[in-house]
Amino acid sequence: MSILVNKDTKVVVHGITGRQGTFHTEQMLEYGTQVVAGIRPGKGGEWATRNVPIFDTARDAVEATGANTSFIIVPAAAAPDSIIEAADAGIELIVCITEHIPVLDMVKVRAYLDTMGARLVGPNCPGLITPGEAKVGIMAGHIHTPGNVGVVSKSGTLTYELVYALTARGIGQSSAVGIGGDPINGTNFLDILQMFEEDSGTEQIVMIGEIGGTDEQMAAQFIKDHMSKSVSAFIAGQTAPPGRRMGHAGAIISGGEGTAAEKMDALQAAGAQVAKIPDELADMVAANIS
Amino acid sequence: MNLHEYQSKRIFAKYGIAIPGGDVAETPAEARAVAEKLGGPVVVKSQVLVGGRGKAGGIKLAKTPDEAEQMAEQILGMEIKGLTVKTVLVDEASAIATEIYLGAVLDRANRRVVLMSSSEGGVDIEEVAATTPEKIIKVSVHPFLGLRDYQARILAEGIGLPKEHAADFIKIARGLYEVFVEQDANLVEINPLVITEDNKVMALDGKIVLDDNALYRHPELQAMHDPSEDDPAEVEANEAGLSYINLDGEIGCLVNGAGLAMATMDIVKHFGGEPANFLDLGGGAGAEKVTQALGIILRDDRVKAVLINIFGGITRCDNVAKGFLEAINTIETDVPFVIRLVGTNDVEGRQILADANLKNVITATSLSDAAQKAVAAAKGESA
Repeated sequence: MSILVNKDTKVVVHGITGRQGTFHTEQMLEYGTQVVAGIRPGKGGEWATRNVPIFDTARDAVEATGANTSFIIVPAAAAPDSIIEAADAGIELIVCITEHIPVLDMVKVRAYLDTMGARLVGPNCPGLITPGEAKVGIMAGHIHTPGNVGVVSKSGTLTYELVYALTARGIGQSSAVGIGGDPINGTNFLDILQMFEEDSGTEQIVMIGEIGGTDEQMAAQFIKDHMSKSVSAFIAGQTAPPGRRMGHAGAIISGGEGTAAEKMDALQAAGAQVAKIPDELADMVAANIS
Repeated sequence: MNLHEYQSKRIFAKYGIAIPGGDVAETPAEARAVAEKLGGPVVVKSQVLVGGRGKAGGIKLAKTPDEAEQMAEQILGMEIKGLTVKTVLVDEASAIATEIYLGAVLDRANRRVVLMSSSEGGVDIEEVAATTPEKIIKVSVHPFLGLRDYQARILAEGIGLPKEHAADFIKIARGLYEVFVEQDANLVEINPLVITEDNKVMALDGKIVLDDNALYRHPELQAMHDPSEDDPAEVEANEAGLSYINLDGEIGCLVNGAGLAMATMDIVKHFGGEPANFLDLGGGAGAEKVTQALGIILRDDRVKAVLINIFGGITRCDNVAKGFLEAINTIETDVPFVIRLVGTNDVEGRQILADANLKNVITATSLSDAAQKAVAAAKGESA
């Protein structure tokens, strides 16, 4: 079992003819993901890499191929439109890799999606993977291995670190979800924790958070009130100077809200195991198994 | 990107928010001319992008044009928190009866723009939030509806605004929200919004922080950028597509991914070192970017060791290794390097480094191992 994506997921790639779009379409296909369609306005009727059919609109792609998941890798100025287009076409899961989307665009996009019932993962995220079944993302597939540890993270590379360490110990993952580090995103820690709690294929969870915002504190409250499965956590940015933006737009501390210390304390108090350095996370997971 | 007070106030004026008459000056003589034109007492205000200008002596009252010239003489060229004052704003002095706070900010948790107001104007709003949070009144704006008049009335009532000023206040609140949305701001603040003794409501100060991601659609705002206040290394990094922040420590960090870069700083500190910088190479970096990044890091002569931590996903470790060797050829340095390459093409990358057989290169396997070796190397010990 897994969450959000599996071998039946049918993906449409928005921006399939771009350099990144082409590369990641090939990578996803090689991993075994069903990429059934691509979108590039003006090139409908043509064929993209590996003979994936191109459509002008998401509606056409969904009608012709039954795609149920969008993978968006278009420039920031076009991404809000792609997300809304996907939702309007009836897509249930929208994964947006694009970074640098203006935050007020995301305020509108998210408000609209909430009325449509579509789920967005990202933006500014590496996507998600269910090892051995499908990846809808830009992560290196080969470092993952099927298993029953659920992973949810704001950081792509830190997720790779963890997954690599888990795989090296022979510990597999049920699904690994990158929710992205933007201030307004489609899916937060709480949503994914709830899915992992309900997923029979997930036995324990690792979450990797960051400074900025209060998402991790809300997750802590959820862990305390509703979770039976064990959660191990790490928060990046313990030594970040206040008021500075650390690459991710969300990773900024101002006015004392969202420091690493606050988040670590909240998670600890909620019963999660909190690692001081990322290397400890895989050890915590291993200890829970034995 | 932050706008100066005078830039913010000029934008406010376009949205119907009253501001005092005034103009900017770059010399004492210009300041005098502005004061003469305004007639009457003026305030001479340093234009630098830091808080606490008043406390630092960067804001002075002048009763006559002569005094305005003297004050400008004192303020221009002074340093406030490391920034040199090059411009002053000369504003009409106002007889203030009441000071109010009015601001708009993005509330991440609710995913809405929030307007905040407080009767405690003219002081640090974070201070008010910490000590008397009940004195801050907030309303949350739905993006499809915009700010409604009743919401502005809730703010006015909440801060105990006298009824005769309600209409002015509502107009200003509406203008503030429009500034926020149309200019793509992350923060817009009027502190203080004042009621003068002759019953005018106006913005005495102004602060706008823009969303850098939206600057592409605001060329006129981009043109307001004042690069002289930026760290030159940060500007260079920005142009190279790197995310870089200069810090105070001795261990240079070159990492791919923002989260991993932050975690690398954390772990350096955990093992007793101090990071010299935050540097995120970004995804898919090739040799050229690595060369530029190393150049920026090594220019900081406080750097005693460099920790290169790459987890290859889209970024290929062999490209990073090649970039490193190219950089080493062009930059003369005896600073020790601790290099950890894991992920895509890591075997090839490590082989490239081993073949080069450099004496100041130390390789590491885990993140902890790399951090410990870097801390030791910075202290001149071999791990």
